[in-house]
Amino acid sequence: MDNRTFSHVLLDQFEGRSGGSNTRFRWDGEGWIGTDWNRLWIKSEGFVDHSSVSDGDQELLYDRPIPRMKYFDAQVGVRADLDSGPARVWSAVGIEGLAPYSFEFAPTLYIRNDGRVAGRINGAYSLRFTQRTVLEPQVELNFYSKDDPEREIGSGFSDLDSGLRLRYEINRKFAPYVGYTYEGAFGGSAKYRSNNGEAVGTSSFVFGVRIWH
Amino acid sequence: MTIKPEAHKQFILDRRRFLQGMIAAGLVTWNAGLAKAATVLHPPTELKGNQFDLVIDTLPVNFTGKVRTAVAVNGSVPGPTLRWREGDTVTLSVTNRLKTFTSIHWHGMRIPSEMDGVPGLSFEGIGPGQKFTYEFTVKQNGTYWYHSHSGFQEQTGLSGAIIIDPLLSEAEAPEHDYAILLSDWTDLDPNSILSNLKGDSDYYNYHRPSLKQFSRDAHADGFSKALAQHMVWAKMNMSPSDIADVSGSAYSYLLNGAPPSSPWSAMFAPGQKVRLRFINGSAMTFFDVRIPGLKMMVVAADGNAIEPVTVDEFRIGTAETYDVIVEPKDEAYTIFAQAEDRTGFARAILTPKLGLLPDIPPMDPRPMRTMSDMGMKMTGMKMSANMDMPGMDMTSMEMPAMDKSSSGSMKGNQGSMSNMSVHSDTSISMGVGEAASVSSFESSFPLPQPGPGVLPIASAEGKQMMPADHPAKILHVGPEVATVASMTSSRPEDPGDGLQNNGRRVLTYADLRARYSGVDRRAPSREIELHLTGNMERFIWGFDGKKFSEAPPITLAYGERVRIILINDTMMEHPIHLHGLWSELENGHGEFNPYKHTLIVKPAERVSYVVTADTRGHWAYHCHLMYHMEAGMFRTVIVQ
Repeated sequence: MDNRTFSHVLLDQFEGRSGGSNTRFRWDGEGWIGTDWNRLWIKSEGFVDHSSVSDGDQELLYDRPIPRMKYFDAQVGVRADLDSGPARVWSAVGIEGLAPYSFEFAPTLYIRNDGRVAGRINGAYSLRFTQRTVLEPQVELNFYSKDDPEREIGSGFSDLDSGLRLRYEINRKFAPYVGYTYEGAFGGSAKYRSNNGEAVGTSSFVFGVRIWH
Repeated sequence: MTIKPEAHKQFILDRRRFLQGMIAAGLVTWNAGLAKAATVLHPPTELKGNQFDLVIDTLPVNFTGKVRTAVAVNGSVPGPTLRWREGDTVTLSVTNRLKTFTSIHWHGMRIPSEMDGVPGLSFEGIGPGQKFTYEFTVKQNGTYWYHSHSGFQEQTGLSGAIIIDPLLSEAEAPEHDYAILLSDWTDLDPNSILSNLKGDSDYYNYHRPSLKQFSRDAHADGFSKALAQHMVWAKMNMSPSDIADVSGSAYSYLLNGAPPSSPWSAMFAPGQKVRLRFINGSAMTFFDVRIPGLKMMVVAADGNAIEPVTVDEFRIGTAETYDVIVEPKDEAYTIFAQAEDRTGFARAILTPKLGLLPDIPPMDPRPMRTMSDMGMKMTGMKMSANMDMPGMDMTSMEMPAMDKSSSGSMKGNQGSMSNMSVHSDTSISMGVGEAASVSSFESSFPLPQPGPGVLPIASAEGKQMMPADHPAKILHVGPEVATVASMTSSRPEDPGDGLQNNGRRVLTYADLRARYSGVDRRAPSREIELHLTGNMERFIWGFDGKKFSEAPPITLAYGERVRIILINDTMMEHPIHLHGLWSELENGHGEFNPYKHTLIVKPAERVSYVVTADTRGHWAYHCHLMYHMEAGMFRTVIVQ
């Protein structure tokens, strides 16, 4: 009776980012299926420029609430970097939940067979102007222990993706938004970009829809 | 089932005859508003006698402008009102024409457990196409109700009123007698409501804290105070606007199956008395009921007579019943039942003649939870009246509950004790004269309902309880427990959030003094302490931090008398219903403590009541908020 299986999907970035002459498509979402105690999570994100996919990160995780914690779950599973670049597979361990003041907070640690380590911190906050108009600042920060030249990633803090999106909840499940994002690289990753003649950082206006189901 | 126009006319005629024309006016207006309905709906009819054939089937209905499928009894939503007579043996043959299992539970009835109608506990349920015959002797009188205990059928329409006329009729029965069943209809699939709540517990709350609200508060209270208050709630990931989990954004509130746009009417002859039997048959909604311009004399609660108390307003929790008597003048009145979260209301018209349209009052301001609802009451005063948040240590509420004595309400704060009501009746209920042996005592089981001529049955051999001899229960916060109240109090004199100091005389639990003395005068021999717990964000609810599926049943020895202490660690009210046995609320009236079947436990409140385990069997024990029950706030009580 009280141990049913539910499932939900949140696509919180489903948007076009236009900066300069270029428009990129960005998706970032997560979904879960399971009971109160045992859930299977899928997380997916990536960029599409013309026909090339980058930053493609797909994760499959087992999720369980942490004892003595009110709002945080532990997650373990795999991450696969699947996009137009060479594929990478990591094991993943992290937590996800609500910190005080309703900050959504999800740090994850990734380890590869060869001992490489990566880390990611996701954070977001919903500032409710009215019952339907919400401003959501969001940030994602990536860290790598070693260079990965084939994927043009340098060690250390490699890249940041942040945004400020203003959405209008037509209903709880469908909310169009506009916003502003900054995506940029640091250190070694920044060098790879400038060597390619790419911009190290890009600011974009975004428009998209947030879909919850 | 579509009722043809001819049949409909016939129905009106029958109905006229039946209620001496007292209701026809209501029907005319009532049906006009539903002209577009797929099915012509009608208010519940009354079935009387001791043999009943009830057929459960789907029914297309239209309460909101959209056609939806309800679950109906004899083609009626709500189902027909059943009128029984105390002392009769009633036979109810229930035929299931659904494609799924069904059941009917007779809420508040003291009957053998195999007749109680809870699938999995009383019986296996009534399969598709099958018939089940309930048969039991009615040993009580008053206002009760029935509803499905299968899935979400109660939410989708399967409920109805039960009126039991007393064996000894009242000297002066009011001339008019109406059952008023309040409900919350939704066009949505209840499964998706629960799913939405699991995914986003504030899904139906359109009064969440916002910048707009903050600027209003800052305007009214000053910036720093408003900021401090908002931050306190924000830090806990909680919302003071968390009043109802499912609001008027999903619900249409019905009164006898009629939406407020086309209300049901009750007619009366001027100068005569009207008995109104209110039943909260909703899935999730507490209603605050009043009749502007009219005092209500409350004469019964949960089917049991109380000393009449005259009020302007009362709160009726889910599954409770109250009988009131009114003496209207020669004018029309609105029976106004606003949802506790003020997102909608149900209404009816009480009128002496056709065509009168009384004013509909505006809804009251929305209640907001305060720190005292969080179990953080520090001074005995409502925090809203005297708030100084920045200095408070918010971490204290995460400490395990310290408050464990059976009679006191608070430890470590002597200054506040005077503000607390202590209602433990051990001393009062002890030492009643007539000694009887335990065996002869049990021979009178199940004990009768208190009433005129019902003598108390007492046994001097009842063990004297050692107060507070049970070890303190340590609860920790976790996935199933978002808060543990550090300060709880017994507050029967508190009418509840949104009703304090509203300028009206509002009924409280302290007002409920039984008209007839309790039957079992033994002192309880032990105490069972249970915390009502939950995590709103995860939408997990339970007792003592465990869901139904994670906890063993509660076992009572046949014949024993126990005190149950409920401590609400959550910031919402929970209407707790124990099947099959009376819950004698310890509200300070001693041998005249009221018998109830459903008890509201307010946020951060401790409620104690006494139960005599006088009927064997497996009984359901649960929060009557449907989605709380479905999320785990349920236990089996075994009397063996």
